[in-house]
Amino acid sequence: MHAITYKPQDFKNGQSVRWCPGCGDYAILNSLQKAMAEVGVSPDETVVVSGIGCSSRLPYYVNTYGMHTIHGRASAIATGVKTANPKLSVWQITGDGDCLAIGGNHFIHAVRRNIDLNIVIINNEIYGLTKGQYSPTSRLGFVSKSSPYGTVEEPFRPAELTFGARGNFFARTLDADLKTSQEVMVAAAQHKGCSVVEALVNCVIFNDGTHKDIADKSFRADRTIVLKHGSPMIYGQNQDKGLIIEGFNLKSVTLGENGITEKDILIHDAKCIDPTLHFKLGNMKGDLPVALGVIRDVDALVYDQAVEKQIRTVQEKSKNKSLSDFLHSLETWEIK
Amino acid sequence: MSDTAKVTSLEQVVIRFSGDSGDGMQLTGSLFSNLSAIYGNEISTFPDFPAEIRAPQGSLSGVSGYQLHIGSKNIHTPGDLADVLIAMNPAALKVNSCAIKSNAIVIADQDSFDKNHLEKAGFVTEDPFEELQLKGIQLILAPISSMVKDSLAETGMDNKSILRSKNMFALGLLCWLFNADVEQAKHLLENKFKKKPAILQANLKVLQDGFNYGHNTHSSVSTYHIDPTDLPKGTYTDVKGNQATAWGLIAASEKSGLPLFLGSYPITPATEILQELAARKDLGVKTVQAEDEIAGICTAIGASFAGSLAATSTSGPGLALKSEAIGLAVMAELPLVVVNVQRGGPSTGLPTKTEQSDLLQALYGRNGESPCVVLAASTPSNCFDYAFMASKIALEHMTPVILLTDGYLANGSSAWRIPSMDEFPAINPPFVHKEMQPTWTPYLRNDKNAVRYWAFPGMEGFSHRVGGLEKDNQSGCISTVASNHQLMTDLRQAKIDAIADVIPELNVQGNPDADVLVVGWGGTFGHLYTAVQSVNKQGKKLAFAHFNYINPLPKNTEAVLKRYSTIVVCELNSGQFAGYLRSKIEGLHIVSYTKVQGQPFTEAELTEQFLTLLNNDK
Repeated sequence: MHAITYKPQDFKNGQSVRWCPGCGDYAILNSLQKAMAEVGVSPDETVVVSGIGCSSRLPYYVNTYGMHTIHGRASAIATGVKTANPKLSVWQITGDGDCLAIGGNHFIHAVRRNIDLNIVIINNEIYGLTKGQYSPTSRLGFVSKSSPYGTVEEPFRPAELTFGARGNFFARTLDADLKTSQEVMVAAAQHKGCSVVEALVNCVIFNDGTHKDIADKSFRADRTIVLKHGSPMIYGQNQDKGLIIEGFNLKSVTLGENGITEKDILIHDAKCIDPTLHFKLGNMKGDLPVALGVIRDVDALVYDQAVEKQIRTVQEKSKNKSLSDFLHSLETWEIK
Repeated sequence: MSDTAKVTSLEQVVIRFSGDSGDGMQLTGSLFSNLSAIYGNEISTFPDFPAEIRAPQGSLSGVSGYQLHIGSKNIHTPGDLADVLIAMNPAALKVNSCAIKSNAIVIADQDSFDKNHLEKAGFVTEDPFEELQLKGIQLILAPISSMVKDSLAETGMDNKSILRSKNMFALGLLCWLFNADVEQAKHLLENKFKKKPAILQANLKVLQDGFNYGHNTHSSVSTYHIDPTDLPKGTYTDVKGNQATAWGLIAASEKSGLPLFLGSYPITPATEILQELAARKDLGVKTVQAEDEIAGICTAIGASFAGSLAATSTSGPGLALKSEAIGLAVMAELPLVVVNVQRGGPSTGLPTKTEQSDLLQALYGRNGESPCVVLAASTPSNCFDYAFMASKIALEHMTPVILLTDGYLANGSSAWRIPSMDEFPAINPPFVHKEMQPTWTPYLRNDKNAVRYWAFPGMEGFSHRVGGLEKDNQSGCISTVASNHQLMTDLRQAKIDAIADVIPELNVQGNPDADVLVVGWGGTFGHLYTAVQSVNKQGKKLAFAHFNYINPLPKNTEAVLKRYSTIVVCELNSGQFAGYLRSKIEGLHIVSYTKVQGQPFTEAELTEQFLTLLNNDK
């Protein structure tokens, strides 16, 4: 038997894509279709579920089974799809508002349950479809139509929230970084359990340039680090910067300065069960490079499989093969 | 029994078991009810739990009750006022003194009527019977606690464990009073306590002691006998409404060949449906206890999309939370069963009490033109049938179906003949098939009933997208075209209307010459039926029609209702079904009789109401 292989084309359909010209969502869509082809699950056994928002239109543009549902509920609906049929590859496409505001409760519980979903949070730090209000990831002081004097509330950091909900897989990518996007989506699909991918995406209309302090090609290599499990945490245009631990904190150093050599640099361990360092890596910014790539990838009990296993175990021990068997096993009496 | 002084034959009796919530009165009640059912009597029961899980011992708020109605035939309700009260302490007596007949037999534990217990129950004198003005009662005051202590003194059990058997003494006394088979009662105990031999032995001994005590000490008291009835042959069990609902869903899963999925969140009085189904892993049932009500229904919608028979269970406030998601299922045209076990509202309302006030919420509580099917079960055991029918309609017509039950049905029980699955119709969901593929679109419909065909993930060549946005009626692509929205709105309504073709017609019972029709729906059936019968027995003329299918209404509804000069719509809300009928059928003379007290109707108040109405008409 030949293994069937798929091309990105197999995951495209004829629908005209209706995002604004220049929207970062196009790049995510392309990366997703490439990742799906690489993962190799048939489009007929792939389901893409979304909520409401610009990014949640994505299922219409993928040639798989899809559900464009109601605001915030994609995690819950995807949970139902996957629990009902664990053989399916289930993706949830969601935005920062859909996932972390109205859908926050469902999101943390999907993560906690560790159901095998691949959740892609397309984070543009703005409500786009309602034309420009601040979101739960907008930075403190952010000026928008609903915060004309700047916000007075701290944002969520999706990595921190995922780890706080006991998440076992978290990766981050940038819309402009197609290679990393595809890599982390493949890793997310291959991870058994709930995978969260945060895609930092530009909203060209309402929040243009929100990620440009790290995304701009001229300095992206110096302000981000693409983490790879088992590799030293080295980054920079010249691959001469690295991360070390100093006290309880991470610190950026330059190789060759102050006697620092490659052997002083931390090796990334995405498989470490203790999430402490993953928290720190996920929260890096400012003097530290923003982490891209797979930050955490730990195996744990997977909900949908555990549900099936429990049913099998009970069935093996039970005499009841049908409802009738069960009803007659109750306390009964005969009327003759 | 030949050696008993007098045995009076009764057609029916209402017994109320009452004690502290830790006294085991629910168990005593259900054992005696099973004993009566095994003998061949008809039974109907209703528990009355306190709202608190364990209120202070001996306090009024901690009283737990169980009412049992036994009879030779025509037992459709747990009865109004009790003929017999078992009161394990003064608080139980006080709480139930208004729920018994003036000449009731009261069996009380003399040992618990001490100063301490009397004070806890708020009595100010030493004679609680006098204080409650219970002058006509026949009192059997038995030192139950001390006799149980004596009986089990040599077992080495501690005092607390010994006193847990008090309820078995009461059961023994009842067996004597109603000439019930003690050996059969012992057999039930043996099944119940199979795994706890020490407790079993203690209970068996105390049961016999209770019987002997009655027989020896009160030999002059008249005892009673209720003739067995001619029930259809078969194997019977005792079923509560919530269990029947859960099992009906499993039956539909077996008939349709689709796996059953329940997404739910605990809520009184619906929680047992989740629990019953979570226990049925042996039958392959999948349950998700979701993070909230919304996730309960949303996981079910996901499971439905993936090809399961999907259901969610809730009560009023939960239905409110689920309304947006029900709209999604309406729009995506996915099969879904939503069970709403109604309780007193609005808001948190009266969680442990019964009401029928979610009818309009079920019919109309969603944004947009959002029709869905509404069914209502009317007895604890027919919750099984209507859960089955709700599933069948959902699957065959690709629509959400709301099944209304209520707290009274959910916790009430009756004897139930276990049906053979052959007695239930086939379920044939409108699956797509290979030959359709060249011209198939997600909203391709069957011309006859406007139902779209069902393709789900894993089916090769049918991948498609559904969602909450309006779709083109052919391609299934997003459409904001004005005429398409009108067409889709009309199609969604036509699909529901067409279900009237497959549901049973409305049936009229009672006096065929009546001008006045009593109308009810859902859980009030037993009380209405009994009251109508009683009025007709008194030579008056009343007809009776009861609705289980609410939307769509049975096809002959207008024709039936128009035959009557007056229609009395009785319901446990402020007139919701009456208003619904008025909106559907013009020119009816409807009298609305309603009650919103968190309690079922009583036969007595209905009978009085009907007689007054008939007399005024003359």
